[in-house]
Amino acid sequence: MISFLVSAIRLGMVFLFGSTGEIITEKSGHLNLGTPGVMCVGASCGCFAEYLYLKQVGPYASPFLAILVAIVATFIGGFLMGLLFSFLTVTLRANQNVTGLALTTLGIGISDFMIAKTGTSFGRASKYFTASLPFAEDLGWFGKLFLSHGILIYLAIAIALISSFILSKTRIGLNLRSVGENPATADAAGINVSLYRYLATCIGCGISGLGGLTFIMDYLNGNWEYCIDAFGWLSIALVIFTVWKPNLAILGSIVFGALYIASSYITGVSFANKELFKMLPYVVTIIVLIITSMRNKKENQPPAHLGLSYFREER
Amino acid sequence: MKLSKNHSFHIVKREPPVWYIGLAIRAAAVILALIVSGVIITLLTDKNPIAIYASMIDGAFGMDIRIWSLFQDVAILLCISLAVTPAFKMKFWNCGAEGQVLIGGLATVAVMMFLGDKLPLPILLIIMIAASIIASIIWAVLPAIFKAYWNTNETLFTLMMNYVAIQFVSYFLKSFVKTGSGVLFPMPEFGLPVLFGKQYLLNIIIVAVMTVLVYIYLKYTKHGYEISVVGESENTANYIGINVKKVIIRTLVVSGALCGIAGLLLVGGTNHTINVETAGGRGFTAIMVSWLAKFNPIFMVFTSFLIVFLQKGASQVSTDFRIPQAISDIVTGIILFFIIGCEFFLNYKIVVTKSVKEEK
Repeated sequence: MISFLVSAIRLGMVFLFGSTGEIITEKSGHLNLGTPGVMCVGASCGCFAEYLYLKQVGPYASPFLAILVAIVATFIGGFLMGLLFSFLTVTLRANQNVTGLALTTLGIGISDFMIAKTGTSFGRASKYFTASLPFAEDLGWFGKLFLSHGILIYLAIAIALISSFILSKTRIGLNLRSVGENPATADAAGINVSLYRYLATCIGCGISGLGGLTFIMDYLNGNWEYCIDAFGWLSIALVIFTVWKPNLAILGSIVFGALYIASSYITGVSFANKELFKMLPYVVTIIVLIITSMRNKKENQPPAHLGLSYFREER
Repeated sequence: MKLSKNHSFHIVKREPPVWYIGLAIRAAAVILALIVSGVIITLLTDKNPIAIYASMIDGAFGMDIRIWSLFQDVAILLCISLAVTPAFKMKFWNCGAEGQVLIGGLATVAVMMFLGDKLPLPILLIIMIAASIIASIIWAVLPAIFKAYWNTNETLFTLMMNYVAIQFVSYFLKSFVKTGSGVLFPMPEFGLPVLFGKQYLLNIIIVAVMTVLVYIYLKYTKHGYEISVVGESENTANYIGINVKKVIIRTLVVSGALCGIAGLLLVGGTNHTINVETAGGRGFTAIMVSWLAKFNPIFMVFTSFLIVFLQKGASQVSTDFRIPQAISDIVTGIILFFIIGCEFFLNYKIVVTKSVKEEK
């Protein structure tokens, strides 16, 4: 049971990074369907940088630098993808859905390309990310559940809490939300709509990218798998599940993580029937979508201008 | 007293340009995209760019078999694009073509497997067609019903349905393939008939007919008119007495049925087997094909040809120059961005205003 929860938390943080990034993006009025591609690119940039770094320094790698290099590279990779998305949607006013889907195609291509150059095994690098506090194992279930994780897990929760605070308690967050709700009003109030949209999308994509890195380096212990895009789509779904609140997303992501791995922990089911259990996260997402749309509460609505480009001269 | 010139520019909406200018802008975007992808491949391989383009053309048209496979792929992609188009025109973001095609294919395969040796071929074919179309309609109409009545987010609903379909396929393969390997051997004996000894000819003909039918359906029928009104403005549709719920559900039935045909052609007419990769991302590419062609089925022939040509070409480049296969996705992505970006120049123009200011 404990090991089930620990895995659920580790996998859940992949969703948490992804959906925190997407929440920030969506708050600015951008529906970024490119998140799966962004997460792939983030993961491969991080792995690529790590590969170069470890090759450069040989056996004398500093754990701190090893982690920093990968995180920074991942963030930059995601950031650049976000820049591409916002250039097309803000500056060129392209349709967000189509741009997002194209971004996903491009992202998966880029990431597969980079991984073909480095190979799929990052076991050595992964050790730096999964290293936990030395006394965690001695504290019984409490230690295992809360203290035994790698650095990325804590980073995910920290980022979710910080973004939750910024979104709901600061002026920047207020401005950002107003850009997503009603850009024309925000513009009239002197807020630079384009700047907010650019920055929110780029930073959001950078954070989403870290989700891909978490999946490879932490959850899979450094063995690359070509299925990161599935987590991207689920992260976008999680945003609706958690009604655009990063702090709720912490809980929601662990639930999603648990659902995703449930099939491998259920015993007494045949090999074939396990495939049916793997539908669970998707079916639950569908049910949640239906329930939230039926309840239709005012405070649980998406930003009013989600998915629409803003053109000042169009009134 | 000094005069200073102050140049500034602003962006204004423009009337849709005349067709040849529109065409020229789009052609320029495609050519630019080809140049950029050529440069990128050159940088990655240190090979002569001319050799790369030659290899691309060779990959697409080099041999008889390649040309057939090119047109076959165009036909399948076009078929799925036609399927998503009515829904998109209505602004129903159906991202689930992947799953709808897959489930149609699964129904086809199931019929081939369980009834193949029990029924005569003509009856079997009819059951195959019916099964695949019905399965895909179910997959497409579920999100539509919830969208129509409760405004459930259709993008995510259809996306999730893709994964449910994928799991159904792997469940099917793991439980019903007798060898237990999870790989189903092709069953060409139960496939669609082969015309004139050319395996793909029937697929191509069916899709060509479909293209014309969808064009007529969207342009000249009452249904098509209702779809475009709902797409432009739901309020207007309500006001003039169109039953929006009915239109949404009916359109997705059409969309699903066309996806079912795509699944049938892929499984019954091409692979004669199924795996989770049978749809192979075409459900998403089809969305771009449809969008880039501005929902016009005739233009879609060209956009799907362009994209398939690039993918085939890039995959040949990757074999010839030993670079990873993923290059074809990258090239597709680049060209999509250029075409999406060029829309801006079709819809807006940049006006430079010269203002002369007086300064003391």
